[in-house]
Amino acid sequence: MLKGVSLEVRPRELLHVAGPNGAGKTTLLRVATGLLRPEQGGVAWLGKSIANTRPEYQWALAYASHEPALKGDLTALENLWFMVGLKRRATLAELRDCLGRTGVAGCADLPVRVLSAGQRRRVVMARVLAARAVLWLLDEPFTNLDAAGSALMSALLEDHVNGGGLALVVAHHDLKLNATQRRLELQG
Amino acid sequence: MNVGRPIEAETSVGARRAMMLIMHRELCLSFRRPEQLLQPLVFFLIVTTLFPLGLSVQLSLLRDMAPGVLWVAALLSSLLSLDSLFKNDADDGTLEQLALSGQSLATIVIAKTLAHWLVSGAALVLVSPVVAIGLNIPVSAFATMLLGLALGTLTLSWLGAIGAGLTVGLRRGNVLLSLIVLPLAMPLLIFGAGATDRAISGTSAAGALYFLASLCVFTSTLAPFAAAAALRIALD
Repeated sequence: MLKGVSLEVRPRELLHVAGPNGAGKTTLLRVATGLLRPEQGGVAWLGKSIANTRPEYQWALAYASHEPALKGDLTALENLWFMVGLKRRATLAELRDCLGRTGVAGCADLPVRVLSAGQRRRVVMARVLAARAVLWLLDEPFTNLDAAGSALMSALLEDHVNGGGLALVVAHHDLKLNATQRRLELQG
Repeated sequence: MNVGRPIEAETSVGARRAMMLIMHRELCLSFRRPEQLLQPLVFFLIVTTLFPLGLSVQLSLLRDMAPGVLWVAALLSSLLSLDSLFKNDADDGTLEQLALSGQSLATIVIAKTLAHWLVSGAALVLVSPVVAIGLNIPVSAFATMLLGLALGTLTLSWLGAIGAGLTVGLRRGNVLLSLIVLPLAMPLLIFGAGATDRAISGTSAAGALYFLASLCVFTSTLAPFAAAAALRIALD
């Protein structure tokens, strides 16, 4: 599906992956997570192949895929508690704070099944924030977000990148951010 | 933000805590969907009730058939909920997040399988005395029956985890899951029903129980790694 792709992301930098439908953007992101193993080539983190440093690499990354990976029967806070808790010992106050930063503090104790698609996306971003990961791998993070939500997402990305983080973002539209960014256009 | 920053020792999460978290999550999800919890139990009760109704009213015949009926019903009802062991998580993206959590897939499999057994197998063991009374199994055989069923259903959960891992990506995986798991469950049926039968007749069931225990240890040792390998293929 993907051939001859080579890329590097540095601290304080965002790589925007764009391209037509079916170009392999999500595939590239899944390869970057280590979920998908490339037939040729590989992925390296801090100069070492992730095949040899998988747990360390996984602790350093936060991945938000197309699927929200939220359980409708659990509250937003419980969803964060159970998933973030596998990576680091976060307190409930911290998780509530992350939900507040993404504008869904009022939904913390509601079952996710009653939330709108946009609110769910914000809960997913709260999970990314709560993971305190250095590397963000985001697949269409602006999907389902209204204008305020998109502005919030841009601000979160700016804060993360300007704070020394790295981000690999798949998005259809141009990203208008006050942060260092490069664009990788995949051909269909 | 230091890119090379290692996870601080005090905030990193060990396998035991991760397992407790996953089990807690699975139990929360099960109890918030009581229909999923009750479905295998009701199936177990109905199947075991149908047999006495369909057979002639001879208590001796019922007692002779009781171990087989009890074990076949237990195996089939345990199988009902196995399909969703990993499938729901795979469909909504949770499995990917679990795989990227920094915890080993084997740890995740162990936690999910034990939680599955608690809400399916263990619950089934708890209601089995009610069924046993209906099937005219004497109270003196209950201890053997309960121990045998506990070991058998746990073993079936481990076997089911391998099958569920192999079929997680398939649309109609439940049929294939049955085809994979049921032949492997034959020793459970033979020795489980055998143990109950011996207990009913008043002879020692130790041999059959030891065999069930050894199968349980064998599957609980190997199944997490086999299921984890199957899930890794499914995620790839």
